[in-house]
Amino acid sequence: MSARFDKLGSPRFDKLGVVIAAIDAYAAFAAPFATFRANRIVPGQARSILEALPLTLGSLLLAILIAGGVVALLRTPLILRLAASVIALFALALLIGIAGSFLTPDGNTFARVAPASGFWLLVFAFTLLLADVLTRLNLTPAARVGVLAVAALAVGALLFSGSWDSLSILKEYASRADGFWSEGLKHVTLALGSLAAAVVVGVPLGVLCHRVERLRDGVLNVLNIIQTIPSIALFGLLIAPLGWIATHVPGAAAIGIRGIGTAPAFVALFLYSLLPVVANTVVGLAGVPRAANDAARGMGMTDRQRLLDVEFPLAFPVILTGIRIVLVQNIGLATIAALIGGGGFGVFVFQGIGQTAMDLVLLGAVPTVALAFAAAIILDAIIEMTSTRRRTDSE
Amino acid sequence: MKARLPALARLALLVLLVVFIASPGWFEPLLKPLTENGAPAIYNQGSLLTLTLLHLRTVLIATLAATIVAVALAILVTRPAGAEFLPLSRSLVNIGQTFPPVAVLALAVPAVGFGEKPTLIALFLYGLLPIFENALTALTTLPANVMEAARGAGMTGWQRLVKVELPLSAPVILGGIRLSVVISLATATIGSTVAAKTLGEVIIAGLISNNLAFVLQGGLIVAALAVLTYDGLSAIERYAARRMGREAE
Repeated sequence: MSARFDKLGSPRFDKLGVVIAAIDAYAAFAAPFATFRANRIVPGQARSILEALPLTLGSLLLAILIAGGVVALLRTPLILRLAASVIALFALALLIGIAGSFLTPDGNTFARVAPASGFWLLVFAFTLLLADVLTRLNLTPAARVGVLAVAALAVGALLFSGSWDSLSILKEYASRADGFWSEGLKHVTLALGSLAAAVVVGVPLGVLCHRVERLRDGVLNVLNIIQTIPSIALFGLLIAPLGWIATHVPGAAAIGIRGIGTAPAFVALFLYSLLPVVANTVVGLAGVPRAANDAARGMGMTDRQRLLDVEFPLAFPVILTGIRIVLVQNIGLATIAALIGGGGFGVFVFQGIGQTAMDLVLLGAVPTVALAFAAAIILDAIIEMTSTRRRTDSE
Repeated sequence: MKARLPALARLALLVLLVVFIASPGWFEPLLKPLTENGAPAIYNQGSLLTLTLLHLRTVLIATLAATIVAVALAILVTRPAGAEFLPLSRSLVNIGQTFPPVAVLALAVPAVGFGEKPTLIALFLYGLLPIFENALTALTTLPANVMEAARGAGMTGWQRLVKVELPLSAPVILGGIRLSVVISLATATIGSTVAAKTLGEVIIAGLISNNLAFVLQGGLIVAALAVLTYDGLSAIERYAARRMGREAE
């Protein structure tokens, strides 16, 4: 719709484009592009685009940024805006790596070069432009996952080719490469495992709450109250009962139940996950049209058949929405598990806070955000696909 | 969600909370069994009352700022002049929700330093989303006949906004504020990992010294605050909804 309006007043300014161009101009000319530090903890010195890059590349980047700003500012066709944002983002991603090796003196392993505020603002501005284009294009769910895959491949290729190796965050990675992947695996296992457990327990509990009205308010109240307990406290509180189980129940310690570590984190995430799963199952089942249930009963379906063949398929998109909430929330909360020795990317975040080494914080925070973001896009796409298929089926 | 406590339980919880915060010493025998090696049962590195008040102040400031910005933003994108920002703001809000609070907190530290500021930023950003979403829902689902009547009565755009749209949206917006406050109350505890003065200090002190009594009292005070706030705001919401002749959801 908005795409059609764009063509009407061609010489006029694009409202969002004004914001993007303003950020672009400020970040390109007034803010530092990269920070240089003599070692990983001392305060850094700011470097502008022309200082951080060889003259030709620096001028090329400025030209791309100016052109991108103009394309954003004016009412231009969507395809041009798409090209401008992708080219600008790609140039930024490639050149920050070159700035890293350009600024680091030869053979110096202590010096750290990190992207500075100007770089992040530029990435933000052109991501905003890209997000606007993608929103206006009204992509199908499959296409959105495709865009995500292309972006992931591009980032993966840049990482693999080693063009970012001179940046501080990857230097932190290089000294912890093994730990990074094992903590990452723990993080994903915690988030997905507790989600799976919550689905296995929560969906039947939701069905029960739907069928037995007296149970519903009680269960939902208890789950609501669990949500209000701060995560760090819940993690801590579970240490005692699990420690007790580990020492008193034979075999418990053997399967990995321990007072500190992964077990209390897993149980805490599981408890937090229950509310969205149970509540959405109840809401989804309550939203099944009465006519569908009547028809199923009229056909002589048993309660079990009705549940599996009629109610579940109809309630499925709503239950999936609950699962999406849980997954994104769990990926974020799993960072806190590090406080009680549960591992995960939070290990780097809290180590980094402790050492005031922000690159280490980023090493933990960036993959967490990326995981949560990817999970949200993929599950949103699945939800949309299941609910639109249902709609076309019924027509 | 019908999470209403019976009036008596609510009152009892409130009294218990106030008494506990005011003179935690009375509860020492209850918490003593949770400690080991004669460790103190009641937090002794600061007053629980001060920490509770600071905790509430942090949440209050962040929520106020988030409410002002989120409602202003929702009003902006539902006016004809800002309509083209609507789809984008929706996707931005969706993206924003995927940022874990710990990450926001940790990333804010280099920009503003340790202490209360990064906590305020994280709570503000995290509080924006539920309020914005609810305000947007409320403002875009106003009954068409009422809006028609307001236009027919010759009201200007500003009059319609202040006298019709906002009052009618108030209950739903309040619902968003309630969600945001409850999330913030719990999230503020994480702020203590970057040295903010909140009840998280009590919990973290307990985690570090392996003192379960600290973890429990810190966690329970926050949970009680959240349950009572949730309850209180729900009551205000129902009152607002009744005045507007709308059923509270």
